[in-house]
Amino acid sequence: MFDSAILVPSVLNGITTGALYALVALGLTLIYGVLHIINFAHGALLMVALYMVYFLWKLAGLDPYWSLLIVPPAMFVIGYALQRLVITRASHGRDENILLVTLGLAILIENVALYLFSSDTQVVDTPYGFDVVEMFGAFVPYPKVVAFFGALATAAALWAFIRLTDLGRAIRAVAREKKGARLVGIEVGHVYAMSFGIGVGVLGIAACLLMPSYYVTPQVGHGFVLIAFTIVVLGGMGSFTGALIGGLVIGVVEAVGGLWLGESLGQIGIFAIFILILLFRPQGIMGHQA
Amino acid sequence: MPEKIVPEELMLEVEGIRAGYGRVEVLRGVSLSIAKGEIVALLGSNGVGKTTFISVLSGLIRPWEGAARFLGQPLRPNPAAVLSAGLVQVPEGRHIFPNLTVRDNLMLGGYRRGRNARKRNLEHVLETFPRLKERLSQRAGTMSGGEQQMLAIGRGLMAEPELLILDEPSLGLSPLLVEEMFALIKRLNGEGLTILLVEQNVHLTLDIADRGFVMENGAITLEGPAQAMLDDPELQRSYLGV
Repeated sequence: MFDSAILVPSVLNGITTGALYALVALGLTLIYGVLHIINFAHGALLMVALYMVYFLWKLAGLDPYWSLLIVPPAMFVIGYALQRLVITRASHGRDENILLVTLGLAILIENVALYLFSSDTQVVDTPYGFDVVEMFGAFVPYPKVVAFFGALATAAALWAFIRLTDLGRAIRAVAREKKGARLVGIEVGHVYAMSFGIGVGVLGIAACLLMPSYYVTPQVGHGFVLIAFTIVVLGGMGSFTGALIGGLVIGVVEAVGGLWLGESLGQIGIFAIFILILLFRPQGIMGHQA
Repeated sequence: MPEKIVPEELMLEVEGIRAGYGRVEVLRGVSLSIAKGEIVALLGSNGVGKTTFISVLSGLIRPWEGAARFLGQPLRPNPAAVLSAGLVQVPEGRHIFPNLTVRDNLMLGGYRRGRNARKRNLEHVLETFPRLKERLSQRAGTMSGGEQQMLAIGRGLMAEPELLILDEPSLGLSPLLVEEMFALIKRLNGEGLTILLVEQNVHLTLDIADRGFVMENGAITLEGPAQAMLDDPELQRSYLGV
C-alpha cells in the first residue's frame, strides 16, 4: 500500500513522538495509580514547564537540554506544593472535588499564561534544531532522536525508582492499601505529594526534550493531555509498561494515520483505538481485571 | 526511667478514652492497663468498639478525650510515632500489600527502622515463618489466607514491637490453622513479646491469655484473670454469648 520510503520515516516519526507522549502519560498514570484521580491540570503544567524552558533560553541563553538540570526539579517542587497546599486542602478529602480542583487549576494557570505571555506561538532556536540522523534509510530530526532516548531513559529510571527504593515501595503500598501503609508508619500525605511531585517533575523532563522540536502557547497542553489520557486508558490505568507501550502505539497510529488520511485526520485512528479498547478491553493492555 | 514514676512491669496504661466517628460516640471512656510480658485478651461482640479502641492506640483515630501512656511516655496520635515507640498493630483483615512481593511487604514492615535492623529482623521473621521464606518473591495477594495472616504478623514483627496488638488473627482460618495461630501467639509471648489479643474465639483466647477485658457498648464492663473468666459459665453466657 505504501512505499517503504514513505512509511519508514513516518513510523520513526511516530515512535519518537510517541515516546514523548508516553513520558507525559507516565506522570499522569503515576498520579492516577497512587491518588486514584485524573490530574486535569497535567496539560497546563506541561505548558508551564515549556515556558520555563523557553524563558531560560530567551532570557539566560540556556540550551533546552541544560534546562534538564533546572526545570524538572522546579516542576517537582511545584507539584509537591500543589498537592500538599492546594489540592488536598481544597478537596476536603473527597475525590470528586479533586477532579474539580485540578480542572480549576488548569483553567487558572492557562489564563494567567494567556494574560502574561499572550497567545503567540514561541519557539527556541538551537544550533541542532535542523540536524538529522539517518536511521533505517530515513532521516529523523536530531531533537526527536534525543527525545526518544531521553524518554526511554526516564521511563527506565522511574521504573527502577518505583521497584527498588524504599519510597518507591511506599508509593506502591499506598496505591493499593492505605490503612496497611499507615500501620507500617508510612505518611500517606507525604507519599501522595511525592507521587504528584514526581509525576509533574517528569513533565519538566518532557518539556526540555520537547521544546527543541516543538513550540509553546498557553493552550499547548490541551492536545497532549487528551492523548496522554488515551494512552493511560490504553495501557491500563496506573501501569507504567502500559503507558510506554501505549505511547509508542499512539504515536505510530497518529503518524501513519496522518499519512493515510491527511495530517488533520491523523488523530482519528487514536480515538478509534480508544473506543475499541473501551469496548473490548476496558482494563487496558497491561491493566488487571477489576 | 525512674522507677517511682513507671513501675517496671507496666507497659500500657490507658485512661478514659472517648472517641468516635463524626458525632457518633463509639468509645465512652475506656481504661485498661497491660503489664510487660502479658497476653491480654480484649473480648466482646461485634460492634462494641474493640477495633476503634486499638485504632486510637495505633494513632489512626484521634481520641476526643483521655490519655494513653506507653512505656512511660505519652502515646501521640500519630501512627509513625506510635510504631517507633514499639506499639505495633496487626489489623483485622490483614491489610497486607497485595501488589507487592512478600519480601517488599516485610521490608515495608521495617519502614521506620534502619537498614541493618531490617536485615536482622528479616532473618528472625523468616525463622519464625519458614513458609514465607519459600515465597519471598511471590506477590502477597496470590497467597492463601493463612499465609497472608502469617505475612501480616511477620510484617508487624519487622517493626520490632514491644507490644503487639493482634486484631482477629484467627478470622477466616481453618480450624487447624486457628490452633496453629494460637500456638504461635503463645510462642511469640514466650520470646518476650507482650500481646493484646482482640478475638471472637473466646475459649481459645482465654486459654492462652493471662488476663481478659470484656468490652460492651464502648466501655470495659468486666476484667479479671483469664482462668477465672474461663471457669465462670454464667459470665460467659451473659457477657460473651457463648
